[in-house]
Amino acid sequence: MICRLIFAAVLLAMLGGSPVHAVEPSERLADPALEARARSLSKELRCLVCQNQSIDESNADLAHDLRVLLRQHLAAGDSDPQILDFVTARYGMFVLLDPPFAAVTWLLWLAPPVLVLGGGGALLLRARRRRADQAVPELTREESARAALLLGDRR
Amino acid sequence: MLVEIGHFALVLALLVAAVQGVVPLIGASRRSRPLMDLAPSAALLQLGLVALAFATFMHAHIVSDFSVRNVFENSHTAKPMLYKVTGVWGSHEGSMMLWVLMLTLFGGLVAAFGRALPTALRARTLAIQGLLGFGTLLFIIATSNPFDRLLPAAVDGRDLNPLLQDPGLAFHPPFLYFGYVGFSITYSFAIAALIEGRVGAQWARWVRPWALAAWCGLTVGIALGSWWAYYVLGWGGWWYWDPVENASFMPWLLGTALLHTAAVVEKRETLQRWTVLLAILTFGMSLIGTFLVRSGVLTSVHSFAVDPTRGVFILVLIALVIGGGLLLYALRAPRLQVGNPFAPVSREGALVLNNLLLVGGMATVFLGTFYPLFAEVWSGVKLSVGPQYFNATFVPILAPGIVAMVIGPVLAWRRGNLAAAARRLAPAFAGALAAPVIVFLCNREAPPAALGGIALAAWAMLGVLTDLADRSGLGKQTLGTTRRRLRNLPRGTWGYALAHFGVGVLIAGIVVSTAWRSERIETMHAGEVLEIAGRALRFVGVTEGEVANYHVQRAQIVVERPGGAAVTLYPERRHYPVARSQTTNTAIATNGFGDLYLALGDPDGQGGWVLRAYYNPLVPWIWFGAILAALGGLVALIDRRLRTRPAIVASPAPVRVRPADRR
Repeated sequence: MICRLIFAAVLLAMLGGSPVHAVEPSERLADPALEARARSLSKELRCLVCQNQSIDESNADLAHDLRVLLRQHLAAGDSDPQILDFVTARYGMFVLLDPPFAAVTWLLWLAPPVLVLGGGGALLLRARRRRADQAVPELTREESARAALLLGDRR
Repeated sequence: MLVEIGHFALVLALLVAAVQGVVPLIGASRRSRPLMDLAPSAALLQLGLVALAFATFMHAHIVSDFSVRNVFENSHTAKPMLYKVTGVWGSHEGSMMLWVLMLTLFGGLVAAFGRALPTALRARTLAIQGLLGFGTLLFIIATSNPFDRLLPAAVDGRDLNPLLQDPGLAFHPPFLYFGYVGFSITYSFAIAALIEGRVGAQWARWVRPWALAAWCGLTVGIALGSWWAYYVLGWGGWWYWDPVENASFMPWLLGTALLHTAAVVEKRETLQRWTVLLAILTFGMSLIGTFLVRSGVLTSVHSFAVDPTRGVFILVLIALVIGGGLLLYALRAPRLQVGNPFAPVSREGALVLNNLLLVGGMATVFLGTFYPLFAEVWSGVKLSVGPQYFNATFVPILAPGIVAMVIGPVLAWRRGNLAAAARRLAPAFAGALAAPVIVFLCNREAPPAALGGIALAAWAMLGVLTDLADRSGLGKQTLGTTRRRLRNLPRGTWGYALAHFGVGVLIAGIVVSTAWRSERIETMHAGEVLEIAGRALRFVGVTEGEVANYHVQRAQIVVERPGGAAVTLYPERRHYPVARSQTTNTAIATNGFGDLYLALGDPDGQGGWVLRAYYNPLVPWIWFGAILAALGGLVALIDRRLRTRPAIVASPAPVRVRPADRR
């Protein structure tokens, strides 16, 4: 563990403050802050001609065009939501890899927490009801001492 | 001629499967010994016939018999021998053959090694396995016949998809299918138990090794697939939440849950109904996984069989298997015995929590994978569900599971003591707090999520070590006693320790490689140097050449780092003229703690080449962790307690069955 920590420390010191770079060198914006925004936006947009890839990962021509377009908008001073709205208006919701909370997606977003929390709640209720039905008998102090003796305190 | 023999064997296997699926069931309900005894013989015969068919099919691929349509479509004389062999399961037809071979193999194994099983249980299990075989064989013969002839025969083939001509992917399907199909046998056991109306410790003792074996196969298969994606797709990602990945991940999640509850049924005779349900659902998910990949309903890189008739056939098969299983469950489960009670804070309780989270996580993956399909059918809206969704929903569901994963094993069965567990785990807790603090002190810009992930990883790894130290009396006993105690720990305990530790390693790999990855993408000319992660990459140049069945462009890059020896790496681009496609072959230099990852991009037409360089710290730990987990499964599998005959070891299972209504 110590070794791991030392290693991690060395590693982090070594990597500290590494900048982000563009997908194709020619597409890159000069301003690193804008370029970083372009990268994170392009990870959220689906490459429409590819199979399940973001435009950040894809080397298809359409993905390239969209990356360039997005950077043009960024350079023109558009905000992230403005750009996403623009792309959605043009290509539909299909282009968004991170589906927004909307009329068609509320079930998608709400089902997981409801399922897990509801399932947990139901299990707890059931456990409580069961405990009322048939309490697990506790060992008395003498009994547990005897059990420990019999088991030779193996555990 | 051989091809016709194979074809004939396949049809015979279908008939044998039909007999195997019906006669032993009748025998078991009439208590007719001869009819029940037919089951193992039929299972072995079916295995033999399918193996013969598979062998002839493989032979056709090896000798490049282009009078067979499948060989013509997926092979080429110039293809290397390794890929002629592994190309057998590279196509849809071939992968279905591999699937049915595994299915009959599992049936044959139960027939050969299941002599100690109660006769009726064995007969019913094998009968269900026979029915599954019948469905699959019918599917193959009716819609995906691998022995279809091509007349006149072609001179040469069209070559296998070059992406599949890769060692990682060559061995990915056999492991994956071993896992998928392995869960068919737990399904068959579950159905047989439902028919009998009895699920006890003995049943679990029989089911557990199969579930473990299947789980190990699936784990290795998924790890291989992810490793392949990592080095082939050319930008260093290793998990894409692609529908096909999800297809294998869903049965894995359920299989993991099943593995744990089967242990509870065996040790404590409780959670029986839930375990049976899980066994049905796990195999159901395996089938849905196949359906996802085979039908092409969900657009994905992997869907190489886009054929609706096949899709409909598989859909009917899935409906019968899952629907039939669930119907039987609904009718029969209320008759199964009620489990022994346990307090919420107990090992059973922790395992119930583990199941809740695993199944909840599975449901989330399922929803995310199928939601676009449902949404399009219901509302006509085409939408996408990408990694962002899965990261936002799946990770928060599973993270508490990692916390519980450490606490559960130190709790007692039936009724545990949380305070005592906390005392025992205090060192691990201290370590889990210290690890992110130290990382933060080294790197003040560390994202909070990554720090949380590091705490979880440290907690998982240290938790196992603390538990082992505690069990062996480290620090309280002499060193000799400690060593003896460690040696005497059951293999099952070692299995748990390896697997849980592996999960910690895996998390560390995921977290660190995601948070501290560095990337540089530049156009390089001969002699230019690129700096990344303290290394200098000197671009020497690109050479071109012809190799086997492809044309290659290979870059030479010398990697130098202060105080280390220089290494030369050769990232490639390959063009396969027959298959008319292009692949990227990355070059990776790893030291076990991080990968320098190079991929060659397009030329710019003026002597420059785009070079993608990444440094992925701790990324190998992702696969180390997965391998450790699979190894843990394997160690648990060879535990003597699993191999010993239940009749001798088990205390007579208390019969608390409500009288089953036999006609």
